[in-house]
Amino acid sequence: MKELKKIRIGAGAGFSGDRLEPAKILAQDGEIDYLVLECLAERTIALAQKRKMVDSSKGYDPLLERRMEILLPIIKEKGIKILSNMGAANPLAAAKKITEIAAKNNLTIKVAAVVGDDVLSLITGNEITLESGQPLNSFGKIISANAYLGADSILPAIASGADIIITGRVADPSLVVAPLMYEFGWSYDDVELIGKATVIGHLMECAGQVTGGYFADGVNKIVPNLEILGHPFVDVSQDGTALLGKVENTGGIISLATVKEQLLYEVLNPFAYLTPDVSADFTTVSLKQIAPNSVQVSGGSGSSKPEKLKVSVGYHAGFMGEGEILYAGAFAMERAKMAGEIIRLRLQEQYPDKLRIDYIGNNSAHSGINQDDSTAYEIRLRVAGMADSPEIAALIGEEVEALYTNGPSGGGGVRKSINEIIGIQSILISRNSINPSFSIFES
Amino acid sequence: MKTKLYHIAHSRAGDKGNTLMLSLIPFKEEDFPSLVEQVTVQKVKDHLKAIVKGNIIRYEMPNISSLLFVCEEALGGGVTTSLALDPHGKTLNYALLELEVDL
Repeated sequence: MKELKKIRIGAGAGFSGDRLEPAKILAQDGEIDYLVLECLAERTIALAQKRKMVDSSKGYDPLLERRMEILLPIIKEKGIKILSNMGAANPLAAAKKITEIAAKNNLTIKVAAVVGDDVLSLITGNEITLESGQPLNSFGKIISANAYLGADSILPAIASGADIIITGRVADPSLVVAPLMYEFGWSYDDVELIGKATVIGHLMECAGQVTGGYFADGVNKIVPNLEILGHPFVDVSQDGTALLGKVENTGGIISLATVKEQLLYEVLNPFAYLTPDVSADFTTVSLKQIAPNSVQVSGGSGSSKPEKLKVSVGYHAGFMGEGEILYAGAFAMERAKMAGEIIRLRLQEQYPDKLRIDYIGNNSAHSGINQDDSTAYEIRLRVAGMADSPEIAALIGEEVEALYTNGPSGGGGVRKSINEIIGIQSILISRNSINPSFSIFES
Repeated sequence: MKTKLYHIAHSRAGDKGNTLMLSLIPFKEEDFPSLVEQVTVQKVKDHLKAIVKGNIIRYEMPNISSLLFVCEEALGGGVTTSLALDPHGKTLNYALLELEVDL
């Protein structure tokens, strides 16, 4: 009997700054067909857009060169295809850069750059944002607008025979859904299978978060060898059933608990997880531990894809000023509180209401949970505020620093910063107004 | 027996804009019915009242013996412009796990 076809996809990166080594191990020893590198957070593309404005040959992921130097020789030897959104604001420049790296290493590589997500030219500013109900232009100067493309934008690029497919903004799970649609001949009409593929894509998109990364507590949740955490691969069958695994002798753990945490991660509605490909239903997914570090994912389904696509719009939101100072030993909290109050009074004119004052070690993260503020031995005061100009933002750090000689006793370790802040708002756009396409670059 | 949630369950926090998602997953699947009964929307609302300013929706997922709390207006106006030290609310899974239940 002919063995049924299975496709193995590895997830080598779950965010832009992710570790380089796990992808190398997956490519080298994972026997994978595809390597997915997911590197775009909500705000990443707006920051990349700013780099592109300064230099039109930039605007792709800052780690692109380093990742490709490592991976190109291996994927060429093993015949692995890479799918990645590392193109960020400039997939064309990213593809060109990859062919340059390949040429330098005497490798023949075909790269497809998928474009069409950049919809800045279509934005009027009058669009109503999803969460606030306010028009876009009430927030600030618009910097970028990128629609979340789906697997359908990636499919023709895979069919072109490219070794590497570089995109800008696509929905994270679509990077996994696309190769499954291609290999198994699924179409958007196969909603149930696209739903299952999206479940798999969602489990894989954060890479190490399903293999025991971001999971351990050292007491009840034990994860072995996190220092050599391996990233996941998944074997998918024609019927949409999947088996999660990782390379032997890597650290981490794949258990029902790690898979459940990742399945629910960043889910707004488990009955209707919306992507450009499908409305996926996570409430029918079933999980089964098959062997150590091997979990089977079955079930899950989907219904018709949404009529409209989400667009992430980046805008200039102002400048954040921050300052921190440390108090330790007797009366640490009393001294920190005194310092916080001094800063509030000194900046009353510039920051009449929106100055944030945190006591790190007591309540900076979990407001209202820990009622006891008397026991911390060390307290770090943090003051933060948003301003229209870098000069006003700078006042916060300046006043915190001045606590050295103008504040309570024994403050130390001042740090101050000013950061330009790019905010993100989301709008919806009609699918018809978007025309994804791809260009081929060869070394 | 009164116990804090972190003894019997685990959680991961997620974010979208100004919305926080908190999963709640019992270590032992047989504890799921008690969590469904004990960890109500009202209890979570009271527990997180200084953090979550909007609605909380609870999804029950018996298929994986887990609960999901979707909390609106919880991230200082939104991840990208929040003044908080942890703008994504990544640490807030452990705020939920501080809740005390009676098993």
